[in-house]
Amino acid sequence: MLAKRIIPCLDVRNGRVVKGTKFTNLADVDDPVKLAQFYSECGADELVFYDITASAEGRKIFCDVLKEAASNVFIPLTVGGGINTLDDFERVLNSGADKVSVNSGAIADPSIISNAAKKYGNQCVVLSMDVSLIDGKYKVFSKGGRIETDIDAIEWAKFGEDNGAGEIVVNSIDTDGVKKGFDINLLNAICANVNIPVIASGGAGSIQHFIDLFKTTNVDAGLGASVFHFNEFSIKTLKNKLKESGIEVRV
Amino acid sequence: MIAVIDYGVGNLFSLTHSLKKIGADSVVTNDKEIIKKADKLILPGVGAFGDAAEKLKKDGLDKLIIEQCNDGKPLLGICLGMQLLFDKSFEYGEHKGLGLISGEVLPLKDYVNGLKIPHMGWNSLKFYDDNPLFNGTAEGQYVYFVHSFFAKCNEGLSATCDYGIEVTAAVRKNNVFGMQFHPEKSGEVGLNILKQFELYNG
Repeated sequence: MLAKRIIPCLDVRNGRVVKGTKFTNLADVDDPVKLAQFYSECGADELVFYDITASAEGRKIFCDVLKEAASNVFIPLTVGGGINTLDDFERVLNSGADKVSVNSGAIADPSIISNAAKKYGNQCVVLSMDVSLIDGKYKVFSKGGRIETDIDAIEWAKFGEDNGAGEIVVNSIDTDGVKKGFDINLLNAICANVNIPVIASGGAGSIQHFIDLFKTTNVDAGLGASVFHFNEFSIKTLKNKLKESGIEVRV
Repeated sequence: MIAVIDYGVGNLFSLTHSLKKIGADSVVTNDKEIIKKADKLILPGVGAFGDAAEKLKKDGLDKLIIEQCNDGKPLLGICLGMQLLFDKSFEYGEHKGLGLISGEVLPLKDYVNGLKIPHMGWNSLKFYDDNPLFNGTAEGQYVYFVHSFFAKCNEGLSATCDYGIEVTAAVRKNNVFGMQFHPEKSGEVGLNILKQFELYNG
């Protein structure tokens, strides 16, 4: 049977891993290549590399880091951050990415989803969205969760699927960084409306949060950052506990 | 030496680096003379069947691959490269494959009611033969899949995984091997499968 996936996310700036709490207060954690290898050996099912640099120089360092990681780690790698054009897809795919996640770039130019899907295949295109509940409606935010848009998150997810995204990452701004659990209501609302894999992001703080996530939603994967980087619990322990709870995982 | 056939379909970064990792002597090429001289062939591929089949045909690589396989040269098709081994595919129309293994490629969505498409992620293997490429791999171990179409084979079924139906995960007919999953993305299990292909000597 298809296993639920556990995915550590590495936010990379200037060749180093950082993790934001509510997207600010970044703290240095580790070397991305070593961390990627470590996670892979510990049973991570996939890795996300998120490029949070803005400069051209930073982009180059990021691609060098990605190449080194992809030459040593043989599990799927998704890359996000700064993906605005097909050239950006090309740049990270040539550096070893398997999937490319597009967020603000798709809000600015929604045709990038279908164009990338046509050129590289649906399996390669991940629509990532930052979502917050505003006046009872799930709204999409751009620019790393800083700018509210008029886009309805559920409509946006459906648009992504219809235009060739092979997977959706749903990051809840409301639960991100506070470690009180995933945004179950939001995730259920998205899962009810699309038929492609959904990755939950934002709110992982304990093993129980992952158990609740897989028991109460139909998501395919749970993403975590600081819980793994600060070794609050290991991926191995997490997966064993998930298995004990009757959740299919690769152990 | 293993020749990874480069016909402009998909990203070969992981495959070439995983072959390097296991110490295999390999080259990425579309040069027919190099392909003829190689001991083994890998046919990779990601994307649409029709487009890929067209590209193979355009360069005359289709005929060469068939010839080489009929002469007994081991070939491993990966993902779309596996699907291309079959007679035909119904991915956006009807397209002719290499016909090295009897069967056809069909859309998963018509067979796996309500399950998500693509079938993406780690799924566990069930064996149907004693495929030498699975030496060192236990039944039930997980490998990484990402695909929306699947092969319905009339012969050569080697392994399946459970995704609503039993989905063909691997095929083998004599010297011709195929994997629907990505060994180059399947961690240690996948690296071992590639290693077994390198070691395979008929």
